Amino acid sequence: MNPEDCDMIAQLCASRAGLLVDPEKTYLIESRLGPVARREAFGSIADMLAALKARREDRLAWAIVEAMAAGETGFFRDRTPFELFRTEVLPTLARLREGEPIRVWSAACGSGQEIYSLAMIVDDERGGLAGNARIELFASDLSERALEKAQSGLYTQFEIQRGLPIRQLVRHFEKADEMWALSPRIRQMVRWRRINLISDLSAAGRFDVIFCRYVLNSMTAQARPRLLENLARALSPEGFLVLGEGEAIQGLGEAFQPVSGRPGLYARNPAFRVAA
Amino acid sequence: MKTCLVVDDSRVIRKVARRILEDIGFEIAEASDGMEALAWCRASMPDAILLDWNMPVMSGIEFLRRLRQEPGGDRPGVVFCTVENDLERIREALDAGASEYIMKPFDGDIIASKFAEAGLA
Repeated sequence: MNPEDCDMIAQLCASRAGLLVDPEKTYLIESRLGPVARREAFGSIADMLAALKARREDRLAWAIVEAMAAGETGFFRDRTPFELFRTEVLPTLARLREGEPIRVWSAACGSGQEIYSLAMIVDDERGGLAGNARIELFASDLSERALEKAQSGLYTQFEIQRGLPIRQLVRHFEKADEMWALSPRIRQMVRWRRINLISDLSAAGRFDVIFCRYVLNSMTAQARPRLLENLARALSPEGFLVLGEGEAIQGLGEAFQPVSGRPGLYARNPAFRVAA
Repeated sequence: MKTCLVVDDSRVIRKVARRILEDIGFEIAEASDGMEALAWCRASMPDAILLDWNMPVMSGIEFLRRLRQEPGGDRPGVVFCTVENDLERIREALDAGASEYIMKPFDGDIIASKFAEAGLA
């Protein structure tokens, strides 16, 4: 790929999804776009980009952006946020909500491991929560392909060994040839939608817990404050935002403040609540 | 330093596992079948055991059942590491007292994550 094409990809990703792509990382761009070019029946990435320039086809442009957005994921990734969800966030919200539904959103769900980890926790804890709390689970991603894989609930042996405790595997999965299939009961707990996190989220609804991990650091400097403001507007006043390890909100506006002593957990800034 | 006994009849697997487990802070001992492992445990009970299933002389599952009857044999966390990958086998291992279960092939991340999950690392 030539530098001009790499610049074009970076600009396309930034303008459509606020996604930060380093145009110097040619190997990364090629490894992500090679499969898209093959899938779309082009002879090469260069042919695909030439067609994109000539036809300005929206569907192809999104296929490219979605491929560049794909991130790493795993069951119970980093463990601590899930323990906090189980031991503090859910019980606190269950007491506050007194039977009103608690809405949990995995905002960049990728292939689904995060939302299914949360679903397994909800399944474990449901009987013990105050006021017969009802918990509704939502998942979204920029990528239609990621959403399709997530909804299938099918994972490789390698994927189910990254972070998933063996007792959860035994409880919730069945072998399906060479793959592992999540039980329909857990899959049916989740509602899915394609969402671009820097677009207008006002129709997405209001949530009590938002997991949006390893997205902020993958965004451009211009998109980061916008993402946080969008998430703050989508979060209930007493709700919690969960970010990834090493993701910091300093210098990115006033939308959130950290929850003291709980790394990765954020609450809406009361000052922002007035402005929202 | 915590000790881990690596039990596998393949010298290559033992060598790979030793390198990974040393990196996460274990002192390693090795055995090539269940009988040899049982002798090790009787002499000096390790903190953790990485255990193959199919081995000559004594299988991993038989070793684990016998280990749990030994004085102090309830103490080590046992992580199976085997090509056996059906649910029936996994349930059998958990019923016999395994803490975690790795299906081969594995890599360093999988071993580290399973040992952390079992509270061993």
